[in-house]
Amino acid sequence: MSHPVVIVGASMGGLRTAESLRRSGYLGPITIIGEEAHKPYNRPPLSKEVLAKEVTHEAVAFEERAATADVNWVLGTRAISANFEHNTVTDADDQVHPYSALVIATGLRSKRLSVPNGDLASRFALRTLEDAIALRSELTPSKKVVILGGGFIGCEVAATAVKLGCQVTVVHHSAHPMLRPLGTELAREMQARHEAMGVTFKLKREVADLIGSTKVEGVLLDDGSVIEADVLIEAIGSHANVEWLEHNQVDLSDGVPVDSAMRVLRSTGEAVSNVFAIGDVASFVNSVFDSKSRRVEHWNIPTETAKRAASVISSYLNSSENYPAILADKFRPVPSFWSDQYDNHLLSFGLLSLADKATLVAGDISGECVFEYTRADQLVGVCGIGMRSIVQSYRAKFI
Amino acid sequence: MIKVEVDMAKCQHYGQCVFEAPDIFRLNSDDKLEYTAEADDSERANIEAAVDVCPMQAIRIVE
Repeated sequence: MSHPVVIVGASMGGLRTAESLRRSGYLGPITIIGEEAHKPYNRPPLSKEVLAKEVTHEAVAFEERAATADVNWVLGTRAISANFEHNTVTDADDQVHPYSALVIATGLRSKRLSVPNGDLASRFALRTLEDAIALRSELTPSKKVVILGGGFIGCEVAATAVKLGCQVTVVHHSAHPMLRPLGTELAREMQARHEAMGVTFKLKREVADLIGSTKVEGVLLDDGSVIEADVLIEAIGSHANVEWLEHNQVDLSDGVPVDSAMRVLRSTGEAVSNVFAIGDVASFVNSVFDSKSRRVEHWNIPTETAKRAASVISSYLNSSENYPAILADKFRPVPSFWSDQYDNHLLSFGLLSLADKATLVAGDISGECVFEYTRADQLVGVCGIGMRSIVQSYRAKFI
Repeated sequence: MIKVEVDMAKCQHYGQCVFEAPDIFRLNSDDKLEYTAEADDSERANIEAAVDVCPMQAIRIVE
């Protein structure tokens, strides 16, 4: 019997790869290795409606499909190394998993604050279900909640914590929350909407240290001021989980570089024909925008890259005569994200962070509105608060 | 025939499904999701793709 397709990462991307392998005609064995004890679940609700209610695996689990009922799940263990020459993955329990094809879907982990007095309780991140469960019980009325990082996750958690009756302060390094993706005008407006709901912002500030003896009692900022805190939430970005892939002649400095077939690229530029990376860790060129390889942390990318990888893997392992044609297919996914903050429903297509200019093209900045994002007159993104039909109509312009 | 169900309590009308299965899902003039609850078997792949991309995971195929 041939070796299984081994998928490392029991995430949305991992699951979608398995489903797409079946859909594209691969009938052989599939193993999914995952560090978390849970089967794949949907992460975005963890900072939004699920955090506002009760956090359970059931509330966020992806529905399992009949086609993937025979997947061999190896959960609660981490892959610690891979050998692209011997075609094996070794997990933290010293089990060696030989593979016919390997799919790297290990995603990201939260960056954490590093300060002298950091060894304190009541510090939280928000990426996993366990993170959300731990945080949920702390978000009770009148708690003083300090959120480090005014990006999307930080702002979504701020909105949720306000809804739960907490007193919320957001510490952010730039002049407005979500400034880099949204641009000044929309970021400033979203800041005002948060402030109207009671959020306090400490902008252009960094954290110098934490205050407290056993648990967090306060946050010392770089201007010497102190914010009282019962709960500290760190939403300061993420690291790609790539360390386990070292010693395979791949440049892992920013995720895992792949070609347009999601095949991992060696430092020599040569593709490894049976090793693939998908989702948040995969760095690829998207000709929708330009010829630069980059990781894209948008929600639809794991699914898009999983489907692309699965069709290549199926045709490769089935020695299909279509394999060269499938390899040569273009891969031009349109990134998309959404964000719910109070009654503000943001929807975006493209890559806003590439833009040098944002222009209001519909609606009114004080209500529902749509902004177009351009880089040297090239359309690179669109984002709206409400007005979804207009935002949607932009997607076709990228294809 | 395939039966499609959208949990309208979960749906936030982001309309990502519209791109995957335009004959089944659409946004109306108020930007709210509308859908056809029964579809031909030939739509299965499109509807499954719509299930995959729903941010709220609100769409189900009832077998």
